Amino acid sequence: MATLLDKLWAAHEIKAEHGQSLLWVDRHLVHEGSHHAFAKLAERGLEVAEPELTFGVADHYAPTRNRDRIDNPQVAVMLERLEANCTRHGIRLFGLRDPRQGIVHVIGPEQGLTLPGLLINCGDSHTSTHGAFGALGFGIGATQVAHVLATQTVWQAKPRSMRIRFEGEPGVAVTAKDMALHWISQLGTGGATGHAVEYAGSAVRALSMEGRMTLCNLSIEGGARFGMVAPDAVTLAYVKGRPMAPLGTDWDAAEAYWQTLHSDTDASFDRDVSFDMAEVAPTVTWGTTPDQALPIGASLPDPARLDPEQAEAARDAMAYMGLTPGRPLEGTPVDQVFLGSCTNGRIDDLRAAAAVLQGRKAKVPGLVSPGSMLVKQQAEQEGLDKVFIEAGLEWTGSGCSMCVGMNGDLVGPGKRCASSTNRNFRGRQGKGARTHLMSPAMVAAAAVTGTLTDVRPLLEGRG
Amino acid sequence: MAGWTTHEGEAVVLDRRDVDTDQLIPARFMSASRAEGYGRFLLHDLREDDADFPLDRHPGASMLVAGPNFGCGSSREAAVYALVDAGIRVVVAESFADIFAGNAVNNGLLPVATPEAAALRAAIGQGAVPARVDLASRRLSVAGQELNFALSETAQAKLMNGWDDIDLTRAHAGDIRNFRDRRKADHAWAWPSA
Repeated sequence: MATLLDKLWAAHEIKAEHGQSLLWVDRHLVHEGSHHAFAKLAERGLEVAEPELTFGVADHYAPTRNRDRIDNPQVAVMLERLEANCTRHGIRLFGLRDPRQGIVHVIGPEQGLTLPGLLINCGDSHTSTHGAFGALGFGIGATQVAHVLATQTVWQAKPRSMRIRFEGEPGVAVTAKDMALHWISQLGTGGATGHAVEYAGSAVRALSMEGRMTLCNLSIEGGARFGMVAPDAVTLAYVKGRPMAPLGTDWDAAEAYWQTLHSDTDASFDRDVSFDMAEVAPTVTWGTTPDQALPIGASLPDPARLDPEQAEAARDAMAYMGLTPGRPLEGTPVDQVFLGSCTNGRIDDLRAAAAVLQGRKAKVPGLVSPGSMLVKQQAEQEGLDKVFIEAGLEWTGSGCSMCVGMNGDLVGPGKRCASSTNRNFRGRQGKGARTHLMSPAMVAAAAVTGTLTDVRPLLEGRG
Repeated sequence: MAGWTTHEGEAVVLDRRDVDTDQLIPARFMSASRAEGYGRFLLHDLREDDADFPLDRHPGASMLVAGPNFGCGSSREAAVYALVDAGIRVVVAESFADIFAGNAVNNGLLPVATPEAAALRAAIGQGAVPARVDLASRRLSVAGQELNFALSETAQAKLMNGWDDIDLTRAHAGDIRNFRDRRKADHAWAWPSA
């Protein structure tokens, strides 16, 4: 009768009081942005309760180029502060010079820090990514980060349960990114607020771990702080042998326990939604919220025909984006492209983009920032770096980069960027930047044609 | 942080839905230390582009009435710091993003989620109107309208007492230690192997 959420929650609940649970935190990931939390700790003279379960990662401000001489003093200070805080509290750090450095939500899984059945916190809303393993992963604010540092616990009200099912076979070039943008466009940016989403159905089971991470990562863009997929053979095959994954009898015990981590067949959800994969096409956002998204073959909406509540937001978004109501999305010229981020910076994503770019030239400039330095290394072993470089794109180091622009990788005012990232908010990639979210293959197609383009014809005749 | 029970001030309208955290505080300002004050970063880019921005027309306002899904996006608590440091004590909207609402309460900022938000925006219009909030009775008076709002017991107690979770949690130190020891005994795999 229990849902996966129920089981994970019960396994971490230390006590419940006034509608809130005090939960045990198995992994706490901190980054440069956690400086406010460390400052709170210092103010009160508190120590980190469990340094062994706390890990530091340099990603939000990580330079993607010229790492030996950081010329932006603001960036240098943020990196130094993280290093000093980690050293001071005995926290292991994946710093800028660590060959395993990368985006926190890419390297957690890569290092085997992320496991089924764990509760994982990070001061970042895309912590929902880790739910792809059948874990409770959720983002927290600085006050809560300080609380986890000091106590290794977090107070949280249990969310309502929601299941989103995708059934059927995906069409050509339809990826986890398209599944996510599809449900968000149908249910809205607040569509899953207050809920923990469990993704299920044949099309979810068929996803690789990379795809599941993309899907769970974007849960927050539909309002859900938690996204999760029950662990299965795909999960176990990914986790086994990772550097910090359990070994020997611990592995056996873990594996036996993980088999129990699924919603019971008769479990009921507060909300249950189902989508047919036949309805999901390669999808692109046109506006300034992730739910303003359409299949690439569609035309921009006419605000006059939308309900009044949506109409003004649509008019505003189109004015900001420099788009004309009613015009086809396809063919809209772009100024640049970006491939990377915790949403779509993994090896599968780079392979999908390279499959489109192979033997072709990009008509616009672009940046490729792998999700981690190990993803970069693997891509180079596969020769993907050459595909990107020969196409005319820049192949750089790893970090949050142009998804959030904190390290100085920015999109200029009024410039239009086809981006594999997670937020098309005003100014997200830089003041006045115009962001269109899409899958890595669709970004590659935009690079090749210099416009928003349906990738499917470009894949014809390619394996 | 000091608690509060009643607040009187002026309310203005921010007539937008999905006011996201990147708008509340653009990322480029977030390396500043809190001591420098975050108020000047609040809605920075929107204000720069709008000569007639409501908060600039009425700089003394302490209550914002905005559209649905306020605070969506990132977990950056800096979005709340910007509001608080600009003197905002209450935000009223149809709905709030979960992480934002939690961060708000942790910093003495009251998020009032109410379906009446649209009616309030219409009643206030372009001006600034007197407003009053009472946390104890969960009542809001603004633009001649009186309404009750929902607020969890925990959020109410934290706002009124200025409570800090760390102090509360440390009272449970024994339970936490027992839980940890039991988990380590039953689920040793849950600790990193390297």
